[in-house]
Amino acid sequence: MTSVMKSALDTVAAAADSPEVEQPWAELGLKADEYDRIREILGRRPTSAELAMYSVMWSEHCSYKSSKVHLAQFSDNTTEAMREKLLVGIGENAGVVDIGDGWAVTFKIESHNHPSYIEPYQGAATGVGGIVRDIMSMGARPIAVMDPLRFGALDHPDTLRVLPGVVAGIGGYGNSLGLPNIGGEVVFDSCYQGNPLVNALSVGKMRIEDIHLAKASGVGNKVILFGAKTGGDGIGGVSVLASETFDADGSAKRPAVQVGDPFAEKVLIECCLDLYAAHVVDGIQDLGGAGLSCATSELASNGDGGMRVWLDRVPLRDASLRVEEILMSESQERMMAVVEPAKLEEFMAIARRWDVEATVVGEVTDGKSLEVFWQDGQIIDVPPRSVAHDGPIYNRPMQRPAYLDALQGNVPDDLARPVDGEGLKAALLAMMASPNLCDTSWITGQYDRYVMGNTALAMPDDAGVVRVDEETGRGVAISTDCNSRYAKLDPYAGAQLALAEAYRNVATAGAVPLAISDCLNFGSPEDPGVMWQFAEAVRGIAEGCKTLGIPVTGGNVSLYNQTGDVAIHPTPVVAVLGVMDDVARRTPSGWKAPGQVIYLLGTTADEFGGSAWTQIAHDHLGGLPPRVDLDRERRLGEILVDASRDGLVDAAHDLSEGGLAVALAEASLRNGVGARIRLDEVCERDGVDAFTLLFSESAGRAIVAVPGTEEVRFTAMCTARGFAHARIGVVDDEARALDVQGQFTLPLDELRTAHTSTLPAIFASR
Amino acid sequence: MGNVVVDVMLKSEILDPQGQAVAFALPRLGFNQFTDVRQGKRFVLTVEGEVTDEVLAAAREAAETMLSNPVIEDVVSVRVESQV
Amino acid sequence: MRIGVVTFPGSLDDHDARRAIRVVGGEAVSLWHGDDSLHDVDAVVLPGGFSYGDYLRAGAIARFAPVMSALIPAAQAGLPVLGICNGFQILCESHLLPGAMIQNDHRTFICRDQRLRVENATTAWTSDFEQGDEITIVLKNQEGQYVADERTLEELEGEGRVAFRYVVEEGRRNPNGSYRDIAGITNGRGNVVGLMPHPEHAIEAGYGPSLDGLKFFTSVLKSVVNA
Repeated sequence: MTSVMKSALDTVAAAADSPEVEQPWAELGLKADEYDRIREILGRRPTSAELAMYSVMWSEHCSYKSSKVHLAQFSDNTTEAMREKLLVGIGENAGVVDIGDGWAVTFKIESHNHPSYIEPYQGAATGVGGIVRDIMSMGARPIAVMDPLRFGALDHPDTLRVLPGVVAGIGGYGNSLGLPNIGGEVVFDSCYQGNPLVNALSVGKMRIEDIHLAKASGVGNKVILFGAKTGGDGIGGVSVLASETFDADGSAKRPAVQVGDPFAEKVLIECCLDLYAAHVVDGIQDLGGAGLSCATSELASNGDGGMRVWLDRVPLRDASLRVEEILMSESQERMMAVVEPAKLEEFMAIARRWDVEATVVGEVTDGKSLEVFWQDGQIIDVPPRSVAHDGPIYNRPMQRPAYLDALQGNVPDDLARPVDGEGLKAALLAMMASPNLCDTSWITGQYDRYVMGNTALAMPDDAGVVRVDEETGRGVAISTDCNSRYAKLDPYAGAQLALAEAYRNVATAGAVPLAISDCLNFGSPEDPGVMWQFAEAVRGIAEGCKTLGIPVTGGNVSLYNQTGDVAIHPTPVVAVLGVMDDVARRTPSGWKAPGQVIYLLGTTADEFGGSAWTQIAHDHLGGLPPRVDLDRERRLGEILVDASRDGLVDAAHDLSEGGLAVALAEASLRNGVGARIRLDEVCERDGVDAFTLLFSESAGRAIVAVPGTEEVRFTAMCTARGFAHARIGVVDDEARALDVQGQFTLPLDELRTAHTSTLPAIFASR
Repeated sequence: MGNVVVDVMLKSEILDPQGQAVAFALPRLGFNQFTDVRQGKRFVLTVEGEVTDEVLAAAREAAETMLSNPVIEDVVSVRVESQV
Repeated sequence: MRIGVVTFPGSLDDHDARRAIRVVGGEAVSLWHGDDSLHDVDAVVLPGGFSYGDYLRAGAIARFAPVMSALIPAAQAGLPVLGICNGFQILCESHLLPGAMIQNDHRTFICRDQRLRVENATTAWTSDFEQGDEITIVLKNQEGQYVADERTLEELEGEGRVAFRYVVEEGRRNPNGSYRDIAGITNGRGNVVGLMPHPEHAIEAGYGPSLDGLKFFTSVLKSVVNA
């Protein structure tokens, strides 16, 4: 980080006395008008410490300056009814929902994309660490994690460099924290080659009365920094790394990747929970992007007074750090608490018991400023809101991309299709072996799914389900989804389909969807086409959530995911959280009992735009994604939840990529029990041929296995609700195959070999 | 202020998966001359005064009781770090 | 029947071990690493996790914790002690059990439902099993490869002190390269048992691969009664 900072401390007084000093605002990522605005806010030039603080807090990653205007649609579309179960909404570290019986659950999904490209292990590890701290700072015990991952082509050498490190980092950090990894996704697409996406979700639980917020109030309350010492990790990482795209020839900014210590965070979790239980914490904030700059300004901004901080009291790992570096450091595993003086001793005693270093570094004042001192010199005197909340707002130009008409016009209707049963069988085998549909145990086997003993369901089932109350069985289900090929064809529809799929997955497991979090991964906002994609996707999610009646609780935006001119596909990842009275009743995705009847819910049309079949058979992306019908998704969800609750189904699996064929194959492989399927009646009812019924990706569909004794009640329920349902087969244990009458018989052994060989062939040790 | 350097290696009969992984990776970078790689640990223990024989003896005892696990590791060296 | 479960900084499966004890009707007593008393418990579980972050070597630092100064002599005097995963590593570092654990041979963390054979059904923690029983419990670790010198291995085999072995399919390897497919061992007296897999994750229907873990804890309840 270059600087013209003099060796003497640049104090507030010095700044007031020397308005003409040249400052490196451009190198720190600020624009000229932003620098002018800072001078206007302060009535003088900023000190170099203030300049550092503003530059980091006003960066894209911290201030959301390009996305704020669009994200407002989330709140705008949240009705009173939707707010009913929302205890903490957008704007805090994470959203919190009421799941009943006095329990609150907090969850959020976030990105750590650029660091994971630079240093896969630590980038992914610290991504997990960061999201877990967000959950902790709400007053919760973290109870699970999930990770949607996106990489370039499976057979590209750089994927071989990035993927194993990312997976090892997620496992290494999450496993050491004792958090079960209960789901996620792995997607391979060449659009992510130079820009892998590592999104991390965490969920935590607490009693409603134990929710904590990040605000500093109460004059005289102490501000305590606790956890790890501060070093030079990630200096400028946030503003420098996340707001810049990578050069096409691979050179990146000076590495500013943080290094994580999961043991330190595990100890911090237990320490925080003891602090919360002792009621000694008034406000709490975790230190993530922009470190101390962010924590102090946000705590002060959210409070009702000011704050005074003595920076020289911050415990340092590296005594050579300059004040600006201390302010910007992103050393991991640190938290900041606001504590009443009367409770200080107890706070310190609890920290000591866990060997956690805790230092009083400041206090709440009755003024309106955030004042930071270094020994005798005051180096910061700013209105905290101007730093943390009233940053620049851009209204970037948007334009529907010029290529979109041709892309949508390039419909898949004329692509050569399999003509007979053998062709269908070959297509299914190819799809089940393909990178995006193959078995991912090589990856998921590196994650601990059992720790804490509350995991009721995990991948490859449709949602991660975890018990919250060990006595009643009350718990939550979560799914993260996004089909970015759909979003490339139509960002609005694609975003709604992501929402629909996550919603459907949660309902399939038997849980009532309650709320969402989103991680919006896009290219450069300076490209009007990308900005248009972003705005459309946000509009899609906002309107979709309103239709479904579930609010957005918070989330994350990751921009600048592109190399040169080529942006990634728009990738709006949606995480839906649902609640179950008793997670023991959750519905698994694979059938077991022979003789159970298999029903297909929902109708099928010829919809192949962006589908897995077009990608695998023809490397084709064109046309429009499947039609969105959120009302139908809601009705399907209600059927799946009620059927689960009433014991009418033993298994349920939703249809998505690869359509019915892949869903049938997956449900058969889950427990190694096959099925005998007949398609003729549905083909006739829906006016489609066998190929279309098997591989089309029409939305709003699921398959269920119904015990013979419940068939009448189940069909009666569907009929009463006017939802299309058709008996398509039976669970069959004898043939050990997926038999589609009149078309093909696919032995499960052959299917399993194709399904499970792909990833180990590339990644498993010689 | 002085430093004692302690080197700990896995016993030769113990499989060293990390060393093996490195040995496999080196040729891919063009290093074909190395027939084997074993990975160990190096500890630097700092004392305020000079490194005397007593200090060395204490370091050796620390090495044998804590810094290494005698079931699987050998303390291969305990020495004064030569000043740069 | 009071069974202590030790919590070190970084212990993870202490919560689950306490649950397992309660499920079989015992009283789970939390023991703190910094406390050098065992508080008169009838048995102790050293749970899984990453005590002290696995720094230096897994279990190397935990072995010197104050609670161990009480545990080691008690174990030598016959107190039933079960070391699960990291707990097994701590028992080996303490020399209450022979051998050591190094990194899995395939170098990744592995979490899977693992089939084991009960080789010794006479220990305090396995008396409710029959010799030769095959059970499925959870295996999850990064450093689970059990190694020991030939002399030690011959001694273990000769004295019947291999407690559990990985069941390995024809033509395949065990999940971490452990010598002689050893998944768990016991001391001469049969009161100290260490194993890498996790019985405490196989005690509740719907939350684990089986209920096979229960017998570990029912066994010790009986051994305490009979003591």
